[in-house]
Amino acid sequence: MMRPESEAELAEMIAGESERLSIRGGGTRGVACDGAELTSAALSGVTLYEPGALTLVAKAGTPVAEIEALLATEGQRLAFEPTDQRGLMGTTGEPTIGGVVAANVSGPRRIQAGACRDFLLGVRFVDGAGTVVKNGGRVMKNVTGYDLVKLMAGSYGTLGVLTEVSLKVMPKPETSAVVLISGMSEVDAVKAMSAALSSPFDVTGAARLPDGETLVRVEGFSQSVAYRAEKLQAILDGFGEVSVESDASKVDALWRSVRDVEAFHGRSGDVWRISCKPSDGPELAARIGADGLLYDWGGGLIWALVQAGTDVRAKLGAFDGHATLVRAEADSSARFGRFQPQASGVAALNTGLRKRFDPCGILNAGLMG
Amino acid sequence: MEMPQPDPMVLSKKAELITRLTAVLPVDAIIQDEAETRAYECDALTAYRCPPLVAVLPATTDEVSAVLRICHDMNVPVVPRGAGTSLAGGALPTADCVILGVARMNEVLETDYDNRFIRVQTGRTNLSVTGAVEERDFFYAPDPSSQLACAIAGNIAMNSGGAHCLKYGVTTNNLMGVKMVMMDGEVVEIGGAHLDAGGLDLLGLVCGSEGQLGVVTEATLRILRKPEGARPVLVGYDSNEVAGQCVSDIIKAGVLPVAIEFMDRPCIRATEAFAKPGYPDCEALLIIEVEGSEGEIEEQLSLIKAIAQKHNPVELREAKDADQAARIWLGRKSAFGAMGQINDYMCLDGTIPVSQLPYVLRRIGEMSVEYGLGVGNVFHAGDGNMHPLILYDANKDGDLEKCEAFGADVLKLCVEVGGCLTGEHGVGIEKRDLMVDQFEPVDLEAQMAVKDVFDPAWLLNPAKVFPLAASQPRRMAAE
Repeated sequence: MMRPESEAELAEMIAGESERLSIRGGGTRGVACDGAELTSAALSGVTLYEPGALTLVAKAGTPVAEIEALLATEGQRLAFEPTDQRGLMGTTGEPTIGGVVAANVSGPRRIQAGACRDFLLGVRFVDGAGTVVKNGGRVMKNVTGYDLVKLMAGSYGTLGVLTEVSLKVMPKPETSAVVLISGMSEVDAVKAMSAALSSPFDVTGAARLPDGETLVRVEGFSQSVAYRAEKLQAILDGFGEVSVESDASKVDALWRSVRDVEAFHGRSGDVWRISCKPSDGPELAARIGADGLLYDWGGGLIWALVQAGTDVRAKLGAFDGHATLVRAEADSSARFGRFQPQASGVAALNTGLRKRFDPCGILNAGLMG
Repeated sequence: MEMPQPDPMVLSKKAELITRLTAVLPVDAIIQDEAETRAYECDALTAYRCPPLVAVLPATTDEVSAVLRICHDMNVPVVPRGAGTSLAGGALPTADCVILGVARMNEVLETDYDNRFIRVQTGRTNLSVTGAVEERDFFYAPDPSSQLACAIAGNIAMNSGGAHCLKYGVTTNNLMGVKMVMMDGEVVEIGGAHLDAGGLDLLGLVCGSEGQLGVVTEATLRILRKPEGARPVLVGYDSNEVAGQCVSDIIKAGVLPVAIEFMDRPCIRATEAFAKPGYPDCEALLIIEVEGSEGEIEEQLSLIKAIAQKHNPVELREAKDADQAARIWLGRKSAFGAMGQINDYMCLDGTIPVSQLPYVLRRIGEMSVEYGLGVGNVFHAGDGNMHPLILYDANKDGDLEKCEAFGADVLKLCVEVGGCLTGEHGVGIEKRDLMVDQFEPVDLEAQMAVKDVFDPAWLLNPAKVFPLAASQPRRMAAE
């Protein structure tokens, strides 16, 4: 495995490479490609943290756990709630911040706070020709030149290998609570979540677990959380049986189970992740015929557990959104590809960009089309 | 400000161009008369002007596509234009270009409260997007100062921000999808009513690309339910350092106000003379606004007031009712107008790390003395986005040049302390030649490579964003 210890060393390695490389951070998300493994894990460490400016800069290989622990000392956090996919994927190792950014990994709070890419302020990366490029910076508002920061988020290493990222961090709220609703159909659950998300009560999570329980989260100062939980309880009362959970550790455990899709841990089959218009969710899910369904993002994100080899995209047909094959038997991966194929015009732009940033096609070749 | 020489080949083909445009557009959508094209000679950066060859006002995506196809075919540069409110010269024409204005495309196409989005044609003004969903107590969050006039098309091109983006983010954080016409006339759709469009984040790339990658004709925008209420508090300090520290302490304490605005003494005085909001005469003034129910507002304000008190304010004024709240905002909202009463001004837009605020304000003060030009500071302090307003006299020989040099020095200072040239206005022509101070040649090369992919002939708004010397080989190759 190639394991550069500095940005310069990484640049040199890539500049001299003509064979395909499989780029990875901690290797926990099951995205392996053909070619020699190259990891950014040794480019590690937080280089700047200014709590008063809500900014943190870290080398790409820095473990997410190290960043979260550091932020916790100042009562702050990564608001986009990055998932830990080890349980779902059956992988070991240490999730890195570079991996989180490369995959634009966001959890339940994405629906209110934004995605990983919305908190990414700057990047440094080495492109496929071995050139070190920087874009963005460490300030919260920046429209200087093109936003390659967003482009790098979710590019899965296909445009370059990240070496450093700067992030906007957020205060960790004093407390949180969950309004639980049981006894609802999937259709009613999405309607209930929509009602909550359309209220003025600043909902930071809305999900329906595979066992049918629906969760609506509020966070903030204690009086405010109590007030909003009560108001939401009133709004949701007609939809099903409603209760409120205010025990912080229980609330955290519930949302961790949504974030990491715990319900599918250890269960066999392929796992798909479908991004859609929330109100389309239940009907789309019905087309799939899944063994398990978890709705997050108010219905706009569906995690589906299906029998290995199910062609979910064929079952879905055309819809407003896209389906990603997250966990698969080798066979399904080869047949379906990880990402939804795109319309020709957009696909051409994707291909064109990859060709410019990785002219020899050595970085995670074939992963994104 | 240097602009490329108009291409004589293009100028000589005006008649043919008009003939071909007439075949795809109604007559009243083509503006070619010299007196009339003057209406498009500049945007809100009025110091620079140049009438375009032709201006067109298509009414549909198909018409936009047809126009671009013709211009692509005839190798004519195109400068897209929203409402023409750019402060950076983003819509400044060249004599050989077609101005493509989207002003006639201002319809609401779809409103979906259950899924919390609105789909609009991009000629629609920012404020009228909120206007379309207000009856259900929803709003569109990005709120640039020009929101009454500016168009969504321009907001997307410049990735516009506003006073409330500390909480709600800027345009790119609220944009879910676009329909965009490429320079060769092809129509592409990116994203939609779902979150996180698939593939590479082209939506993030297009937003803020200053009309250089494509012409966005439709946008899907996130809408939010309005909070139950909002209330500002005004705090005055006798030093910029202390005010800066107060901002930092509030953020560290875990309160997230929707806005933290900062004004310095020259601005406070100008505003007081102009709009009489009743501000205290002090060195630095903060306006901090929080949102929520009555109880939530109380809870947040009590925390903020406690922090503010620790720094010994010369004044701490809480709005007791809507009228007092309006008075607190009145001065801030009329600050630009107030400075304009004193003289012509140039508005800068650099962003700095919040921790550098006191140092940068002190340096700007020193430069003001060196250059002999007055300056007032009014800006979004929560995110470090500064708006120094440099006063000059447009009728006085050499004053504009002096002002430009002063402005450039301030922006270089922003970069030097770890910030950037522009936080929300865009590069346009204004900051184009300073890009080399923020980026290495390889960084600019990576950005220009993106344009190569979207617009290989470099016909869309070609003389903006990148220093002319840097973009010249590409623009020449395309000619």
